[in-house]
Amino acid sequence: MTRVFISRDSTALSLGAEQVAKALQQHLTDAGKTAEIVRNGSRGLFWLEPLVEVETAQGRVAYGPVQVEDIASLLDAGLLEGKQHPLFLGNIEETAYFKNQNRLTFARVGLTDPVNLDHYLANDGYRGLKNALALQPVEIVKHVTDSGLRGRGGAAFPTGIKWNTVLNAPSEQKYIVCNADEGDSGTFSDRMIMEGDPFVLIEGMTIAGLAVGATQGYIYLRVEYPHAKIALNQAIEAAKQNGYLGENIQNSGKAFNLEVRSGAGAYICGEETSLLESLEGKRGLVRFKPPLPAIVGLFGKPTVVNNVISLASVPIILDKGGEYYKNYGMGRSRGTLPLQLAGNIKHPGLFEAAFGMTLREILYDYGGGSASGRPIRAVQVGGPLGAYLHEGQFDTPLDYEAFAAISAVLGHGGIVVHDDTVNMADMARYAMEFCVEESCGKCTPCRIGSTRGVEVIDRIVDGVNKDKNTALLRDLCDTMTYGSLCAMGGMTPFPVLSSLNHFPEDFGLQATKA
Amino acid sequence: MQDYQTQKPVVLEILDTHQSMPGNLLPILHGIQDTLGYIPPAAVADIAKALNLSHAEVHGVISFYHYFRDTPPGQHTIRICRAESCQAMNGKSLENHAKQQLGIDYHETTSDGVFSLEPVYCLGNCACSPSVTVDHEVFGRVTPEKFDSLLASFKGTK
Repeated sequence: MTRVFISRDSTALSLGAEQVAKALQQHLTDAGKTAEIVRNGSRGLFWLEPLVEVETAQGRVAYGPVQVEDIASLLDAGLLEGKQHPLFLGNIEETAYFKNQNRLTFARVGLTDPVNLDHYLANDGYRGLKNALALQPVEIVKHVTDSGLRGRGGAAFPTGIKWNTVLNAPSEQKYIVCNADEGDSGTFSDRMIMEGDPFVLIEGMTIAGLAVGATQGYIYLRVEYPHAKIALNQAIEAAKQNGYLGENIQNSGKAFNLEVRSGAGAYICGEETSLLESLEGKRGLVRFKPPLPAIVGLFGKPTVVNNVISLASVPIILDKGGEYYKNYGMGRSRGTLPLQLAGNIKHPGLFEAAFGMTLREILYDYGGGSASGRPIRAVQVGGPLGAYLHEGQFDTPLDYEAFAAISAVLGHGGIVVHDDTVNMADMARYAMEFCVEESCGKCTPCRIGSTRGVEVIDRIVDGVNKDKNTALLRDLCDTMTYGSLCAMGGMTPFPVLSSLNHFPEDFGLQATKA
Repeated sequence: MQDYQTQKPVVLEILDTHQSMPGNLLPILHGIQDTLGYIPPAAVADIAKALNLSHAEVHGVISFYHYFRDTPPGQHTIRICRAESCQAMNGKSLENHAKQQLGIDYHETTSDGVFSLEPVYCLGNCACSPSVTVDHEVFGRVTPEKFDSLLASFKGTK
């Protein structure tokens, strides 16, 4: 039977994919035709969603963006045979946007039915686990260390070193915790993996469990992702039924169990210690470090806390070896980073590439410039705590160290584009306001500093003692940077100061070239 | 507001099914809110007793998390994303339009009890900003006109 693919990804659904799938089914039934409609993940080319792909004798061809009213004409034109139509796009994998990617972590996303274990196994799934089961824990950790993988949540801490610490921490009980509290604006790669290939995350966590000797895992998922929760739970159930989770994984005698827990709308719970508090059923107050969660983590036990993408990158590392993964990238940034293009951009989407591409290539060659057609003025990379970059910085390569060198962060790979209508004093004020809203309240620089920050920015914009207040704002940012317990207060100055430094005219200040 | 005595059995049952789960407070609160629409303040005593916590600890957790609410919501909860990506695509004017159309501010419910309005910081739908959810459904590239048609389509549905 002909297979037709229509995504179940939230963003595709937000554009009407569900209605399109239903309408297609109805039209097929009415016309007495049959086809299997597979609900896949998204290919990540969101300006083309809802995308309809059809398996034909000439390969897989796509149509998009498809709305309900297009279905009749698509079927008349010969959709099921892959015939021409104004919405015909050809093979999506041949488009420039797609074929220049290095899809390691996202290899299956958009290709398969995300919750069908047979699809997963038929597309190289669980090969990493198979290898891991034949290795000693220390050897698994070595592969991950050799791969050069660094935490994709934003902090970029070497994953292998973290795992090694947990491996060497003696304890009867250890935990693997997946940080799926993807709260940064402009980021959706975690969501796309969880909705589009949940087994890869489950496999990665299982391997992590084998590596460090943990038998219980938790996925701390933000409550804003209901579709991801459904897909994860369906995949977990299928993995359990088939011996990929449970007390005796693939008859190895090794156990690993997994549970999804929902957050409750607190951005701070993306901070690992706050997340652990929340998992324990408490307010998400940040913990002092040390002790590190690797030593004293969930319920006081040694715990690996990794981001979704970090864990989802583990299966391919164990499948193909650490060296294979390490061969991608530049400098100390090894492997690939799923970039997420969002905001005011013509071609928004997910783009997985080896480190080293410049921001300009991403924004113009792939992103196609702004959606509004106006000049791009500012780009925020790395979420709400990331710096705003100006045109003069667009040639910076995507590399952790290169970004650090210009007082910016790569973070989780989210890129939010603003055109020239943006007011950067407003964005700086918003950064402080967001910190007021989301601070856990434990440390003073973050809790009080953010409120004072909003007030000081207002005074500068209102022209009250501009020079004194600007000096005060810088001083306040200094206190927040060096005096806060975690990145919430510690990094809020990034968007604030970069706005102030690069776009002083928006604050009513003279440009001073630093 | 509903009488807590009619809600109490639901709360006790949720407490009972989560008894042996480690770190069970958030799952319990989700369970109650999913079933009743909110966490009745009167339930705090029962939760505290079952988990051997103080009232302050339970109340502290409920009030810490933006998602939990202690008043009944409208029939439908609309969440509008306020984060940067949506701001870059006219999210602020959408926020203003929504408040004006509904005649309420954030954290309020329309007088006919149909819609509650809440802010949200990122729905992970940033590739199609600005984004809105109504109950658990996500909508992307929401213009003021599209927002109005959403209101019309949800009004009168349960």
